[in-house]
Amino acid sequence: MFLTLFLTFLKIGAFTFGGGYAMIALIQNEVVVNHAWLTAQEFTDILAISQMTPGPIGINTATYTGYTAVLNAGYSVPCAVVGAVLASLAVILVPVTLMLLVSRLLARYKDMPVVRMVLRLLRLVIVGVIASAALVLLTPDNFGSPDTNTRQFIISLALFVAVFVCSVWPKRQKDEAPQKGLLRRPGPITLLLLSGLLGLVLY
Amino acid sequence: MSLIQLFVSFFKIGVFTIGGGYAMIPLMEEELVERRRCLSRVEFLDLMALSQAMPGVFAVNMATSVGYRLKGVTGSVCAILGNILMPVCIILLLAMFFRHFRDNDIVSRIFMGIRPAVVALIAAPVFRLAKDAGLSWRTCWIPLLAALLIWALGVSPVWVIVATILIGVVWGKISERNNKDKQPEQTE
Repeated sequence: MFLTLFLTFLKIGAFTFGGGYAMIALIQNEVVVNHAWLTAQEFTDILAISQMTPGPIGINTATYTGYTAVLNAGYSVPCAVVGAVLASLAVILVPVTLMLLVSRLLARYKDMPVVRMVLRLLRLVIVGVIASAALVLLTPDNFGSPDTNTRQFIISLALFVAVFVCSVWPKRQKDEAPQKGLLRRPGPITLLLLSGLLGLVLY
Repeated sequence: MSLIQLFVSFFKIGVFTIGGGYAMIPLMEEELVERRRCLSRVEFLDLMALSQAMPGVFAVNMATSVGYRLKGVTGSVCAILGNILMPVCIILLLAMFFRHFRDNDIVSRIFMGIRPAVVALIAAPVFRLAKDAGLSWRTCWIPLLAALLIWALGVSPVWVIVATILIGVVWGKISERNNKDKQPEQTE
């Protein structure tokens, strides 16, 4: 069981291209369809919780799936914890090894003209990739829809604009020392905590 | 930046990454580029491209490459552990004790507030990073095209990046050859 679990998640990690969401489809296919370790309903619940708790979705899903799979197979809770850790490590093993190799290559060859050209283009493309990540997330799931839950939609929109303005507007000059106290530009963590609090108060 | 600092920074980033790997970008930018100033924006963009192009979880790839860039292999291990330690523990605790966590009213209200904020936080660095990526009126079609391909046509970012690498290699080779042809003329 543990060996199969490890190998399955090793495979999932190695073949995930394109981040956490791509991984979810692979995990589902292996764990629900191929091995039938959990039911589809259980997997949906796991997915929802993975998205709500901190951390990368791919890792969260792997941890939770590993835990539930071992538990469902009739093992005890400590065994399930081992399964969860095993699944989480297996899923990052291959990508991390590859990343280390590529990082080493990049450090060595980054001054070659061809590599510099590639990096110059990639930097521009990555800006677009991040923009698309934000665009993809503009969904009724995240914002509420204007017709069915107008209140949520308006609050979400206001929060979106407020957070966006707060994190773009007060540009810090390059040589300026970081400001102190209340005047400091609010960091992403402050903004997240504040908007969570607002959600709690307003809904 | 010491190994402990690296671990602590990524621990913080891991704890506040809510809603997947991209939510980590503003946190990492704030922590590593703005506060600790151990990476330039350009380096940050390079490592991000690398992490996107490789298989695996984006956040962990990012931790690996940033850790390696700052402190070698040990740095990578510290950054990865810092990054995933808390998330894994939280999931385990939830799995063991609070299976019905997501039906909790308070939790769902907090998340209704957080979700739009996360989207705004991801959108914000686009504008900060654009300048350092060398964006000008002549090049602004490149990120626009990339964003449209992914958002409107549903192309995976991986293919966009792989295509970019290929184009870059070809373009680089051609301009290299042109330079070689030109150089003798200039010296004469």
